[in-house]
Amino acid sequence: MIEPLQNLFWILIFPGFLFTVVFGLIASWIVRKVSALVQWRVGPPLLQPFYDVVKLMGKEILVPQEAQKIIFMSAPLVGLAGVLLLSTMLWRITIAPETLFVGDIIVAIYLMVLPSLALILGSSASASPHAAIGTSREMKLVMSYELSLVLAFIVVIIKSDGQLNLATIAKQAPVFSISGLLAFLVSLLCVQAKLGFVPFDIAEAETELGSGVLMEYSGGLLAVWKVVQAMMLVALPMFLVMVFLGGFGTTGLPLVWGICKYVLILVLIILIKNTNPRVRIDQAMKFFWVYCGIALALAVVLAIIGNNFGISWL
Amino acid sequence: MNWKIWSLKKSPWVFHVNTGACNNCDIEIVNLLTPKFDVERFGIKLVGSPRHADALLVTGGVTAQAAPRLREVYRQTPRPCVVFCIGACACDTGIFRSGYHIVGPVDKVIKEIDPNAIIAYVPGCPPKPEAMISGIVKALSVI
Repeated sequence: MIEPLQNLFWILIFPGFLFTVVFGLIASWIVRKVSALVQWRVGPPLLQPFYDVVKLMGKEILVPQEAQKIIFMSAPLVGLAGVLLLSTMLWRITIAPETLFVGDIIVAIYLMVLPSLALILGSSASASPHAAIGTSREMKLVMSYELSLVLAFIVVIIKSDGQLNLATIAKQAPVFSISGLLAFLVSLLCVQAKLGFVPFDIAEAETELGSGVLMEYSGGLLAVWKVVQAMMLVALPMFLVMVFLGGFGTTGLPLVWGICKYVLILVLIILIKNTNPRVRIDQAMKFFWVYCGIALALAVVLAIIGNNFGISWL
Repeated sequence: MNWKIWSLKKSPWVFHVNTGACNNCDIEIVNLLTPKFDVERFGIKLVGSPRHADALLVTGGVTAQAAPRLREVYRQTPRPCVVFCIGACACDTGIFRSGYHIVGPVDKVIKEIDPNAIIAYVPGCPPKPEAMISGIVKALSVI
């Protein structure tokens, strides 16, 4: 009787839903505040993301007449389920490393794609021409960054002697080697694209598509998407910290150090967001497949050589 | 106070509709987002789709071409929402009053489809950004 209740507590309250949502909304406030400071503005108050979500919950939900209603309304929940499972899993592995199972990094990679897929599904069900262009762009973007992201994780797996569980991988920091550094930089850009931040906000494109994929969503459904984006802002940098930078501790100094690593990645993402113009979809595809692809092929070769001959800095 | 209204006041997202303005009011609206005025301090954000909006900033007297579009945009905005008439033309068609192409001021066009619409007026040619902020604050304090 106790164990199911405890699992429910983990998923809904502590490392799961409630905690990650609050953490994520604060992180999205940091994004807006730092962007405002970079632009020499004052920026929104701390509770602004909470006000936004509460307000959207109270608004009317409009469903377009020609939309596929069930898919349109359930897509945000699919995305929410994916990112909720991902963040719960990452926190659980951090807090209790003995709960690991073999191959959880692969499960995490699958769960990371789920919100993007749900977004494609929901916007293509909305029967709007703007959303349709956004959908096709999002699909191409997913195809371009997903290859680089998986290759970057393969570098890490090679460097940790083929270990596939996150708790073991999180004990070392592959970023202090040439191949690990290359993989880290590329995966940082992939995370930028996954979050839909500026050089790669091609699918949302406020200026010409009028928020593209999210265009037809209103009220509570839009609030769910905002919450999903906020939770991604926690889960994805945290995943990078665990894979490349040596993970979080749970007590005292290691915990503070882990939070510093998370903030470092968040600030890097925000600065890339604020100093770059948007690229076209063909430029993004060329960037991820050609340039990042070559860099990662090099990184994989270096990692294999380094692992076989015991040279840890390669 | 109702929590829906309370949170609406904390984060009004606006959508900008030009129904035949001379672009003067539009420049002043964009001026609200610059570092000098920075309305993001109050949670006001310019959004790209009327489905995300809580307030419509309408500029210009409504022309015959723009009237059906304005009605359509108003129907696409989820309730509760506020319509702001920005500038003399939007409030009362201004110097274009007897123009052959003018259907009427914004409030007349909106009230044809929704008699209970909440409409606020910010006159001026163009209104100063301070006047717009003051108008938004006053409108939100009465609803």
